[in-house]
Amino acid sequence: MTKPHVIIIGAGFTGVATAHDLALRGCEVTVVERGDLCNGTSGRTHGLLHSGGRYAVKDKESAVECIDENMILRKIVPQVIEPNGGLFIALDESDLAYAEQFIESCQECHIPLEELKPSQALKLEPNINPNVLVAFTIPDGTFDPLRLALAFAGTAKHYGAKFHTFTEVESLLTDGAGNIKGIKALNRASGRSEEMRADVVVNATGAWAGHITAMAGLDAPVKPTPGIMVAYNQRFVQRAINRLNAPGDGDIVLPQRRMAVVGTTSFDAEDVDYIPVVDDQIKLMLERGSELIPAIRSAKPRGIFMAARPLVGGGSGRSIARTFKCYDHKETHNVDGLVTITGGKATTLRAMAEKTADVVCAKLTITTSCVTKETPLLSYRSYYTTPN
Amino acid sequence: MAETWKITLRVYRQKENQESHFDDFQMDVNPDEYVLDAVERAWAFHDRSICFRHACHHSTCGACGMRVNGVEKLTCITSIRDVTHNGATLKVEPLRNFPVVSDLAVDMGSFYRKMEAVGARPVLPVTEAEIENPPSKWDPDDSQYLRLSDCLECGLCMSACPIMATTPEYLGPAPLAAAQDQGLRRKPELLSIVDCEDGVWRCHSAFECTAVCPSFVDPGRRIMNLRTQVVDIKLRKLFGKA
Repeated sequence: MTKPHVIIIGAGFTGVATAHDLALRGCEVTVVERGDLCNGTSGRTHGLLHSGGRYAVKDKESAVECIDENMILRKIVPQVIEPNGGLFIALDESDLAYAEQFIESCQECHIPLEELKPSQALKLEPNINPNVLVAFTIPDGTFDPLRLALAFAGTAKHYGAKFHTFTEVESLLTDGAGNIKGIKALNRASGRSEEMRADVVVNATGAWAGHITAMAGLDAPVKPTPGIMVAYNQRFVQRAINRLNAPGDGDIVLPQRRMAVVGTTSFDAEDVDYIPVVDDQIKLMLERGSELIPAIRSAKPRGIFMAARPLVGGGSGRSIARTFKCYDHKETHNVDGLVTITGGKATTLRAMAEKTADVVCAKLTITTSCVTKETPLLSYRSYYTTPN
Repeated sequence: MAETWKITLRVYRQKENQESHFDDFQMDVNPDEYVLDAVERAWAFHDRSICFRHACHHSTCGACGMRVNGVEKLTCITSIRDVTHNGATLKVEPLRNFPVVSDLAVDMGSFYRKMEAVGARPVLPVTEAEIENPPSKWDPDDSQYLRLSDCLECGLCMSACPIMATTPEYLGPAPLAAAQDQGLRRKPELLSIVDCEDGVWRCHSAFECTAVCPSFVDPGRRIMNLRTQVVDIKLRKLFGKA
């Protein structure tokens, strides 16, 4: 019996994690990506391995997803993680007023936290604002975005998945009744177009999901929401430093290698192929970041970049939930053969893949269950060292 | 109001089985933007067939290495102001010593196989990291903190090394630096990998690797140190003190 063939469009976090999950469940998997791995939103993530603390008060579903997946990623892919935890710090009365609901919400979402006096917080992280009023430790972390994706992709390759990078989807193949039967894609390295047939096509293009669904004449529920990140040339801290308050602009500083990355903002955009950097937002990151770590004022920006979150559901910007949605277009639009996964966060990539693979496997009547929670990933270098 | 420069972005082009050539793109740029921004803009607004690699845009992933006006650069942190001037040309080419996949994108598989062979550490305790201004004495608790190692595995050193150009079998700067980082006394199995014709003795001390490294690894110095480690171990063996 031949294996069912699944084409995944997009080699960002969702695409590579879904390739890994479906390859482990016995599917023949082909991933197509118009650039190289992680050239869109995934590569340009802040790199925060969320504990869920940021979402605990307003968006419990996302917060629980984050803490659960945080713990799983620490086990299966420690090679890409700085697992040093995080601090939420209060600097004014408004922050202090937020503390009570923060503690309650974290407890409800089983996010372990510990309260620190200012002196204890400053002993752990001497470079945070000395006017800290109270601080809480939570299990945040930092990850290397490309290596996180490479570890999933390399392991997927080991289990037989094939990757076609620099390959851009031009159209979807249909059966005449509107159902999706594959893709026609342009190999940008050779200039040749090729048709590929599949039992199911997964649209894992994140902020670009609407481009693919439009090829099937369908609307996508995604709202690209860019934000800025500024990486400064000194590290300052070992932990992720968060402002103890409702999520806002520039309220996280993240250590990564020898840098500190301050983020972010949130605004709506339509076309996100190229998002220009806005000077005002750079200034805002300096202002807000230096409230958390005053010495950032003496540091130099090393890299400044924009990334477009793929948010789902109604509302705008920060009011949109950070959870993810997987759509079988057979159910939503009576178009068979196409599944769209979008929304979510880097931290929840494995869970997004599990949900998507569940939907795909149900369509293909595959009963194998998901084992990615327990499967340690191979070296991220395996993506390059495993033949395609 | 941001400053605007007019530049000619000259991009190396090579598609499968075709002759290579350069394409010129006339662009208005903010000189404080990065070279990678100009390349991405050329792709977004001028020519969708340009292939290049990029991911993090802040020097943590090592994907966007290119030769910029002949010198290896991590293009996401190289500001246009630092490498050209108003009215001038900005030439971008793929890294050397790797097969070109398409245009500016190269296949670095051979490099990653070498990094894997020496077991390069992706993450290490902060107490073992070579950092600027380390404390005079680490708190014992600090050994629990881990950080991603400085080496981004971007391949700039492998492209700049004059020996790599003549001897593809040479282990190369980043893999030798990764061996030095672990230490031969801690990892004795590395001795035979680095103490050979294509290992630590092949280096001619050009220090091009150190000159282009965007991430403070200083492979040249580490290779010199690795040589002393090799000699030390061999002398100890000679005198029965291994």
